[in-house]
Amino acid sequence: MADVKKIATRESYGNALKDLAEEFPNLVVLDADLAEATKTGIFRKAYPDRHIDCGIAECNMMGVAAGLSLVGKIPFVSSFAMFAAGRAYEQVRNSVGYPHLNVKIGATHAGITVGEDGATHQCNEDIALMRTIPGMVVMVPSDDVEAKAAVRAALEYEGPVYIRFGRAAVPVINDKPDYKFEIGKGTVVRPGKDVTIVATGICVDSALGAAEKLAADGIDAEVINICTIKPLDEEIIINSAKKTGKVVTVEEHSVIGGLGSAVCDCLSEKLPTPVKKIGMQDVFGESGSAGALVAKYGLDADGVYASVKAFV
Amino acid sequence: MNNLELQKTANEVRKGIVTAVHAAKAGHPGGSLSAADVFTYLYFEEMNIDPKNPDQEDRDRFVLSKGHTAPGLYSALANRGYFPVEDLTTLRKLGSYLQGHPCIHIPGVDMSSGSLGQGISAAVGMALGAKLGGKDFRVYTLLGDGEIQEGQVWEAAMFAGFRKLDNLVVIVDNNGLQIDGPIDKVCSPYPIDEKFKAFNFHVINCNAHDFDELRAAFKEARETKGMPTAIVVHSIKGKGVSFMENQCGWHGKAPNDEEYAIAMADLEKIGASLN
Repeated sequence: MADVKKIATRESYGNALKDLAEEFPNLVVLDADLAEATKTGIFRKAYPDRHIDCGIAECNMMGVAAGLSLVGKIPFVSSFAMFAAGRAYEQVRNSVGYPHLNVKIGATHAGITVGEDGATHQCNEDIALMRTIPGMVVMVPSDDVEAKAAVRAALEYEGPVYIRFGRAAVPVINDKPDYKFEIGKGTVVRPGKDVTIVATGICVDSALGAAEKLAADGIDAEVINICTIKPLDEEIIINSAKKTGKVVTVEEHSVIGGLGSAVCDCLSEKLPTPVKKIGMQDVFGESGSAGALVAKYGLDADGVYASVKAFV
Repeated sequence: MNNLELQKTANEVRKGIVTAVHAAKAGHPGGSLSAADVFTYLYFEEMNIDPKNPDQEDRDRFVLSKGHTAPGLYSALANRGYFPVEDLTTLRKLGSYLQGHPCIHIPGVDMSSGSLGQGISAAVGMALGAKLGGKDFRVYTLLGDGEIQEGQVWEAAMFAGFRKLDNLVVIVDNNGLQIDGPIDKVCSPYPIDEKFKAFNFHVINCNAHDFDELRAAFKEARETKGMPTAIVVHSIKGKGVSFMENQCGWHGKAPNDEEYAIAMADLEKIGASLN
């Protein structure tokens, strides 16, 4: 098998900010002493005057972004997901969400693929936190192509947006000539008829790998990539669930409040369907390499395959 | 406006506060009354604003970081002509645009606020935005002296001082009381002025109820270059209503009908003394 190109979505984020800076002259980027890690440093190198390091003070940073947005800037605020969505949650809710300001949050190092830093820095709760805020758009890109498209879409959209990026390099899976991105639209990345696997972020690749293994067992899985968790593309999920009658969700996030919960919210009201949620099963992560952690918590292709196999 | 006009206006603002909170049967009269002269000075003298064009791009901005004193802000805005004074009695009622805490959709309100410690950061962001955009509007924010116990206030102060935001004025309403008691008995933030100095602010202390002092302080702030200004205004909580003055219990309580009558009589008397 040929080597698959791998890029961390945080890297895509930094590159997208730089590439879009000319087109969006009001774009400014805020960071909290993590510009090298979040990759906003790529933007800073090209546009030092438009990069604002707020120091290690995420709550203030979120408020400063709110203020900037009120005088015509489009701030992209960056930190690790733990601090952007976690520590500054109430600032996001009250200073950004409630006034529905045009603030974009680019949160990196989400989920367990943070790796060696361990549980304190592995945020498996951010999707849940952000999707409870009225009017907040929540996106989890699956690769480089989608991450860049999501950054552009966020800049073109008027209102608060949270985008979740990862630390670890992940395969590029969306580099197709007909690739289109739209906020709120999911994509069937592999058609099938026996079971629906709805995945987000890095787990889309795992789901595709699992689908190949399932095919060898005679199980034809449909894989749906949900980049926008809120607003959720309910239509694509309902249509698939009608066809397959069984749904599995896969996310690098707690099974409480994330993609799995969003899918269940939709199906329980509109098309009651058995759902199996794959993700962090109400536990904290731990130190280890990203690959080892993903395998241990059953989020790699083998893990997803085993869970789906047991479910169907 | 001359001082007498400002005093008369502030008295009308106070009547609006008491009337709104009485009608709402809830709200925060104490800190609204302590800041009534500051609200009046800002909206009738200091700030470059136009009630007929509240969203004008180059207007000065105000963020009420101590958002629970919304009745004070609303009364000042209403008296300034942003919306009818009569609407003040709809405060906090279902369907009213006058929410319990400032909401950005209210004419004249530049930022939603009320969760303490957050307004100052938004004000700092606005001031930074003005600098980045080469605009010369100024940004004002009012904080409570209890509010500055919030750590975010000092994150914001550090940032503003470091960034030399001389278009920013942070006003601290030092009325000395918070919900649980005197601020220096609950968790003392004193010395307030020295703290802001340490965060690279130019600091001015003044009497919150003396328009000569307020005028001089805001002038000094405007003339201060290369650093933000903090004005610590020494005030009386409940100022103007005899039974509310310096009483912790009137932080967040509405007067009943009888108390309302006494409060309005107090203010009428003050008004008469100004004629």
